[in-house]
Amino acid sequence: MIPDLGKYAGPVLSAYGVAIVLLVGLVVVSIWRARKVKAALEWIEGKRNG
Amino acid sequence: MIALLIRDLRLAVRAGGGFGLGLAFFLIVIVLVPFGVGPEAAVLTRIAPGILWVAALLAALLSLDRIFALDFEDGSLALLATSPLPLEGVALVKALAHWITTGLPLTLAAPVLGFLLNLDGPAYPWLLASLALGTPALSMIGAFGAALTVGLRRGGLLLSLLVLPLYVPTLIFGAEVVRRGAEGMPVTTPLLMLAGITVGGFALLPFAAAAALRVNLR
Amino acid sequence: MSIWEYANPKKFMGWTAPLVPWLFGLAGACLIVGLVWGFFLTPDDYKQGSTVKIIYLHVPSALMAINAWFMMLIASLIWLVRRHHVSALAAKAAAPVGVVMTLIALFTGAVWGQPMWGTWWAWDPRLTSFLILFLFYLGYIALWAAIEDPDTAADLTSVLCIVGSVFAVLSRYAVNFWNQGLHQGASLSMDKADHVANVFYIPLLVCIAGFVLLFIALVLLRTRTEIRVRRMSALIARTRPTEVTT
Repeated sequence: MIPDLGKYAGPVLSAYGVAIVLLVGLVVVSIWRARKVKAALEWIEGKRNG
Repeated sequence: MIALLIRDLRLAVRAGGGFGLGLAFFLIVIVLVPFGVGPEAAVLTRIAPGILWVAALLAALLSLDRIFALDFEDGSLALLATSPLPLEGVALVKALAHWITTGLPLTLAAPVLGFLLNLDGPAYPWLLASLALGTPALSMIGAFGAALTVGLRRGGLLLSLLVLPLYVPTLIFGAEVVRRGAEGMPVTTPLLMLAGITVGGFALLPFAAAAALRVNLR
Repeated sequence: MSIWEYANPKKFMGWTAPLVPWLFGLAGACLIVGLVWGFFLTPDDYKQGSTVKIIYLHVPSALMAINAWFMMLIASLIWLVRRHHVSALAAKAAAPVGVVMTLIALFTGAVWGQPMWGTWWAWDPRLTSFLILFLFYLGYIALWAAIEDPDTAADLTSVLCIVGSVFAVLSRYAVNFWNQGLHQGASLSMDKADHVANVFYIPLLVCIAGFVLLFIALVLLRTRTEIRVRRMSALIARTRPTEVTT
């Protein structure tokens, strides 16, 4: 399934690996923080109104 | 303006701190370098222009946070802001005072330290010229950084982080002048670029520094 | 109704809410298509072998690293001129994304350079300017983090961003000048899309589109988070006195 990368398999795979980990990490952190802040804000607003 | 300049100079000399400290730091860095890279004269000759410039830059960095911090704490900066002198002028004068107390002594001391690093003979006039032209830019850029961080309690480290990337062009052209001077190559282009940075910095950065000061005084 | 209406925080939350999941989906689709296409279905370059596949990550991330700073510059100018809070917060939200893009560009570049140039790192003008850009990002983020009052922080970081932009451009030229004569620089023609053959070009375009969409999606999401944080601190500041008295 993985194409024949020849002698450069290490560099190519590590470049893809690190880049994808960084991108996914950034997305996950952003979404996680967005969820957390949203929940906290709703809690505070709920407490104010209720 | 001149009164403010004289007051700042007098304070710097009397408080003792910034005046000798930068010079001593410059000397120590230069003395440490041969311990790190070895005593071979040829190696030292090769790296001397860069080391001298980097050390001068770090020494100038050392006293940057004093530019506005003391005046900010005791409230005289707020007084200056209400005086007829515009804050842009204050920033300019402060940068000038910083240069006279650190940049100018560094420039004058650099040739002496050049001997320690076995700097090539033809490079000396260019070392003087490049530092004389370049260190004012360091002071002005530093004054901008100091204006940004003046309201912070522990601004010193942050100030270095903000200011050092801004020093890159000055350092490149400054060290290039000395390197070319040492090799007997024409130095006009980097010298002109260096002068351009200094002149441009003094023309524009006071406005940015004053804007930052106004925000911090709000 | 003018375009500035969209910058009202409440309106902004309204019109971005349905947009964000779509943007993420589209970005993900583009990235998957582009990267899978590039990784599995393009031939090796006759000179570079399989390392040519790194281009699908390197070029888009490098592009976005610069564009993110550019976006921050524009957002900072809008904040200083028009005082739209969303604008300042968008600049704040974009900075970490820019850092990650710069890191990816630097890392993939180093990994490509190792087999191709025989070194992980060369003080090539392009590489050096990216390193400097990285330092600028760090300083910008550190200044945001250091100042407590949000409006002061927005003002000061905006000023820093503008001054920083000038010096970033200056550094770019200085670095070009500095490296002349030292080392000719390995041919970076792969960096210029017009030098690339069509087999590589089309998946590269898809990847670039994916990175752009991902950047927009991330900035919108993070700006929404920042707006909520701001609203939260405003609410807390408003309620605290009553809590103390009761």
